[in-house]
Amino acid sequence: MGLPRWDETFVGPPNPWFSWRWVSRHTDVLRQAAVEHITLTAASVALAIVVAFPLALLARRVRRLEGPILAVAATVYTIPALALIASLYPVFGLRPLTVILPLALYALLVIIRNLLVGLDGVPPDVVDAAKGMGFSRRRLLWRVEMPLALPAILAGVRVATVSTIGLLTIGGFVGMGGFGTLINEGFQAAVGRAEVVTASLCCLLLALVADLMLVTLQRFLTPWARSRTASS
Amino acid sequence: MGAVQDGVVVTGVVQWLTDPSHWSGDDGIPHRVVEHLVISGWAVLIAMVLALPPAIWLGHLGRGGSLLAAIGSVGRAIPTYAVIVTLALTDQVGVGAEAVVLALALFALPPILVNTYVAMSEVDPDVKDAARGMGMNAWQLVRRVELPLAFPLMFAGITTATVQVVATATFGALVGAGTLGQYIYLGYNNQDYDQLYAGVVLVALLCIILERLFALFRRLVTRRMGAVAGRGSDDRPALPAEPLPVSAP
Repeated sequence: MGLPRWDETFVGPPNPWFSWRWVSRHTDVLRQAAVEHITLTAASVALAIVVAFPLALLARRVRRLEGPILAVAATVYTIPALALIASLYPVFGLRPLTVILPLALYALLVIIRNLLVGLDGVPPDVVDAAKGMGFSRRRLLWRVEMPLALPAILAGVRVATVSTIGLLTIGGFVGMGGFGTLINEGFQAAVGRAEVVTASLCCLLLALVADLMLVTLQRFLTPWARSRTASS
Repeated sequence: MGAVQDGVVVTGVVQWLTDPSHWSGDDGIPHRVVEHLVISGWAVLIAMVLALPPAIWLGHLGRGGSLLAAIGSVGRAIPTYAVIVTLALTDQVGVGAEAVVLALALFALPPILVNTYVAMSEVDPDVKDAARGMGMNAWQLVRRVELPLAFPLMFAGITTATVQVVATATFGALVGAGTLGQYIYLGYNNQDYDQLYAGVVLVALLCIILERLFALFRRLVTRRMGAVAGRGSDDRPALPAEPLPVSAP
């Protein structure tokens, strides 16, 4: 990204923590960073969901695999993001995959775990009733189990999304981290406090907005769970 | 890009790791491991000192749960990297280990707060009534009944926090605090991929070994306390209503 570094915005030593002038002169940069941040987060979480579904269904079908799948996902989770991103950089270079792949791996664990928790939480009576009504396995899954597991699944997606937004800042290390790239630049610039603080606040704001949107979506999609959610 | 071939990387990393010069001195692996663990240890210690008393007290009262949940979710949204960099830019803290310790302590607070609170507030009310009936005062109730019963879950929270902190301490390299991240940082900047991958292997190993050690220790502790607590046969850390994030590594 051809980002303008610190420029005539700052003359002389003062290095303010926040400056509306900096913000107003860098709206393009901020917008570009926001677009990158949102796109990379959405791609990572989407990839995690796409991979998590078959894995969770497999773990449920073949119970012996549940332990190993969760164990592998948890092990990957303990590896620092900086290590994963840095190790993919020599392979993929400055391409989105360098950050999307590690972030999707982190989101994977949360989503798989919540999928399993949600599906295991479906009352056996309901499953029995559906079976008694002659539901096929597929219809049982999509019509009965998935809707009932939805609150837990969405809670997982929510946690994964918020964490991914924060983690993406680490992508700034390889110059692909949305607001993280600005944080990195500001840190290296001689006069960069305003850039660091503005980018950090934008990132926090984005995470909170995403959280709020997903809570709203959750309420909207699962109106029957509202009373339960409110009490928990 | 594309400069990496599996075979070459593996031999290069093995050579780097077995080079005796990388095992001594201030830039040696033992020194970096110590730096990494000292920073992590201080961070967890500070977080425990700050988080345990209020969480134990609120859990004992059974009040403030939604406040702690809110702290938990805002804590999850704060990017640790941003906090480290911001602290490093202040005149008071500056670059170095202090910035990392403070940021990581902040970051370790939510899991310790939330798990301790849940652990304390979930102690069986009948047991508490019985203890009160035996004439225990609040302090005795907390010390002799609630804390022992809450211990396995509290410990799970501290474990989660520690593992996260050790993983995140890798950022120390970016603000001049050394740690094992230093090899990743230098390897990346100098395009010395042997060093970079050696650093990745070392950091990943340290994190995985620590996680395993804690899991082992937790199992031992839970087995001993489990008989008393009447739960904790489950190996996983117990989760509050909404699964607790093992937030940003």
